[in-house]
Amino acid sequence: MHELGIVFYIIRDVKQVAQENSVTKVSKVVMNIGEVSTVVPEYLTDCWRWAADKEEILKGCTLECQSIKAVSYCEDCHAEYETIIHGKKCPCCGSDNTYLLRGNEVEIKEIEIKEE
Amino acid sequence: MDKVKVIEIKKSVFEDNDREADQLRSELKGRGVFLLNLMSSPGSGKTTTLISLINKLKEHIKIAVMEADIDSDVDAVKIKEATGIESIQLHTGGMCHLDAGMTRQGLENLSPEGYDLVILENVGNLVCPAEFDTGACANAMILSVPEGDDKPLKYPLMFSVCDIVIINKIDVQPYFTFDLERCEQNVYMRNPKAKIFPICALNGDGVDALAEAILQRVKLWQSK
Repeated sequence: MHELGIVFYIIRDVKQVAQENSVTKVSKVVMNIGEVSTVVPEYLTDCWRWAADKEEILKGCTLECQSIKAVSYCEDCHAEYETIIHGKKCPCCGSDNTYLLRGNEVEIKEIEIKEE
Repeated sequence: MDKVKVIEIKKSVFEDNDREADQLRSELKGRGVFLLNLMSSPGSGKTTTLISLINKLKEHIKIAVMEADIDSDVDAVKIKEATGIESIQLHTGGMCHLDAGMTRQGLENLSPEGYDLVILENVGNLVCPAEFDTGACANAMILSVPEGDDKPLKYPLMFSVCDIVIINKIDVQPYFTFDLERCEQNVYMRNPKAKIFPICALNGDGVDALAEAILQRVKLWQSK
């Protein structure tokens, strides 16, 4: 549901980068989306299509979402484990004293421009 | 084939908002204004809780409320009528959450009196408001008994960003399979530092303790 709001942020940032680089047409935007970022890639690309086509510089531009695996770290036994499977509890020692290392990214990785 | 040029960006979508939020927080600190961001699902009793809370707090500190909704101003009118304090309505223009920029605009629309506490009633939704830092000094959320004690498991982010978790409608607990202890465990699993307040906004049970805790936070914010 918040994907549309996020799309507006992406559009604003991409337009700014394009302007700084004197680019008039962007062909692809690549996103890094963490597994536990709460962003649903399918919704994001749907919202993107609707909103990007309203911008001259982004008409027909595709949005690619690359998934980043969520990994947590246990402060007690120093293990790293997959957050999606085990959640907050460390599978090695059972501790709750854990935090997310990566997997909540919603970042613009790069943009592509077709050169004539 | 066309050659493709790649420009690397590597920038979080939330970066600008996070920066704006930090900026807003430090401005509020300088002015001695405590901004509380209140979140919940629709129908958990946000507005009723606010009325009950404000009526306890308004003799001690100066309070204003900003109501955020996708549309209508029923909540802002209701708060003003029931408490007499300044209450303004913000429309999110269809968006499911408020960001720091919208929060700043809202604050600029309040009359320039010195408020101690401004409460932002965020859009009723447990997903998106948790993603966007509004610049608030503390986050609170309301979970009501009919929603179930497993809500913290389903919406982990919301519970991990909240300093205060209010469990409302505690009076109807006998009619639901809601286990308060299990709920508290689920909250602590997401956020061991959360403070939990079971209340009934309608009859006022537990609201004194909540009001006292908020008052303390406001004083602490203003003193440091």
